[in-house]
Amino acid sequence: MHDLKMKYKGKKMAPAINAFHTFLFTPNETTHSGAHVRAADDLKRTMNTVIMALLPVLLFSMFNAGYQHFSAINGFPENFSVMEHFLTWDNFWIGVVKVLPLLAVSYGVGLLVEFIFAVIKGHEVEEGYLVTGILVPLIVPIDTPLWMLAVAVVFGVVIGKEVFGGTGMNILNPALTIRAFLFFAYPTWMSGDKVWVHEARERSEQILAGATDVDAISGETILGFLAQNKGAEMSYTVSDMFYGFIPGSVGETPTLLILLGGLFLIFSKIASWRIMLSAVLGSLFMGLVFNGVVDQGWITETSKFYGLMSFDFWKHLLVGGLAFGIVYMATDPVTGAQTNRGKWVYGFLIGFLSVMIRVFNPAYPEGVFLAILLMNVFAPTIDHYVVRGNIKRRMKRLENAVILPKDTDGKTAELKAETV
Amino acid sequence: MALLSKKDANLILDPLADNNPITIQVLGICSALAITAELKASAVMAISVMFVLGAGNVVISLMRNIIPSKIRIIVQLIVVAALVIIVDQVLKAYQYELSKTLAVFVGLIITNCIIMGRFEAFALANGPWRSFLDGIGNSLGYGIILIIVGFFRELLGSGTLFGIPVLGDPIEKTGLYATGYENNGFMIIPPAALIVVGIIIWVQRSRNPALIEEN
Repeated sequence: MHDLKMKYKGKKMAPAINAFHTFLFTPNETTHSGAHVRAADDLKRTMNTVIMALLPVLLFSMFNAGYQHFSAINGFPENFSVMEHFLTWDNFWIGVVKVLPLLAVSYGVGLLVEFIFAVIKGHEVEEGYLVTGILVPLIVPIDTPLWMLAVAVVFGVVIGKEVFGGTGMNILNPALTIRAFLFFAYPTWMSGDKVWVHEARERSEQILAGATDVDAISGETILGFLAQNKGAEMSYTVSDMFYGFIPGSVGETPTLLILLGGLFLIFSKIASWRIMLSAVLGSLFMGLVFNGVVDQGWITETSKFYGLMSFDFWKHLLVGGLAFGIVYMATDPVTGAQTNRGKWVYGFLIGFLSVMIRVFNPAYPEGVFLAILLMNVFAPTIDHYVVRGNIKRRMKRLENAVILPKDTDGKTAELKAETV
Repeated sequence: MALLSKKDANLILDPLADNNPITIQVLGICSALAITAELKASAVMAISVMFVLGAGNVVISLMRNIIPSKIRIIVQLIVVAALVIIVDQVLKAYQYELSKTLAVFVGLIITNCIIMGRFEAFALANGPWRSFLDGIGNSLGYGIILIIVGFFRELLGSGTLFGIPVLGDPIEKTGLYATGYENNGFMIIPPAALIVVGIIIWVQRSRNPALIEEN
């Protein structure tokens, strides 16, 4: 690798070779001039930490893929035990067959685009895609066709990131750009009750085509049930929601593991606890308001918002992608707010808007990605006003301050007096 | 182009590329976003604008010495409005379905910044023949972008061109659809046009770095 690097030095492909080199080895060169802060947590380390926080979620999602698939066919097991029904090779195998290709396509296509851009622009390959690449397969439905994912990844990386100047310059979170593209481009693959469980869609098409030897399976998400005012038909318990044994996008369900990942990120100081906490508060607040509306009897049970509005406020955090979005997406240091007070506002509004979109637009049962993208756009504005506020406060302080005469002033006066 | 002197030819050729009203001057974006979901609508829009801008430039140019400058905007508006109503009525008479698709956007040609821009910047200061060429050139430049955007949006969004299926039948699953291909719903909605126009601007400016504005 070292030899290759020397060989390609100064050539067109140099950035691509260098990227592999620093990915595998410690760079064999040091900076030559100036003083630098030495720290171990460079961009690669940061990215790897996030990936470590995501790995449990990924593993869980592979088991859950199979669990949801078999449960939809055979019915949910009555005496559920984690070892017997969940952590089985059959379940895992479905995950291997379905989730790993998503992951491979996401990384393959995304890194290819990054390498192409690095070679064209002649800069080093940036590590930004390392996290995006693992986030993407976790936030799409399990049966998303691979070519669709590939198209969306190209779109997300090029339009979401490279046109703005690459990692660190992007306005929108690339992973969410990819999901938003999929959602608007191929809505039939991204919503409804046939996409969340492996084979559900395939089977319903076979049945439509006249096949009689297959059973229809469907896996509506909890939010889907609620949006149709069918909350009562749901058989999931709160612990199912918390541990994540529910249908949904590949990796968004295991709230417990996401919580642990979030704590890990907070303690390793990679992600901002302010954003996470305020987003949780924001969603709880909005949920409480809606619960209050129901308690007051302002809307009737026939209202189309009833199902979602009456959903206990704290459960909003357990279902859908809210927890996942708050922990892994909202805290993106590039697209989020930068100032501490800005982070509070930014996070709070993400939680607030997510729940609001969930309730008021049943066509978008998953409002989290829209809320985060919207706040991504507003983050610089929030920061701007926070900074302006700081300046104003300090100017005021300066105006009101009593400027005491310095010691030296007195001394010079004395000196003068002596000389005269 | 022996017909035209070099200077006159440039009036037509410049707006096609290096001084394109949409990609360089960034005018007339609203209609470019709104009606480019289908190629047919884009083409009709392009032709309508060509008529309005060509004829309007001539009319304004003929009147340029008698229009008091204080009320020139109102005079220009009346000229555009008259021409747009002609276009609208012709469409309603002969292309009723299409005029429903274009709906309010034909009427909104009045507010298309390209038209007022050319009146102000060119027709008020030049003779009728040159103004006519300028009008045709600018509306061609506008039309070309509309057609390009319409082509991609209709092809990727609906799998058709001018309403004729070119990629097979999405319901019967023939042609490309047999391989699992699906129409891209994103291309149907107006934000996609913004992105396509953006990509055109990007490609154009990276081919000709002289066009990149300093800021």
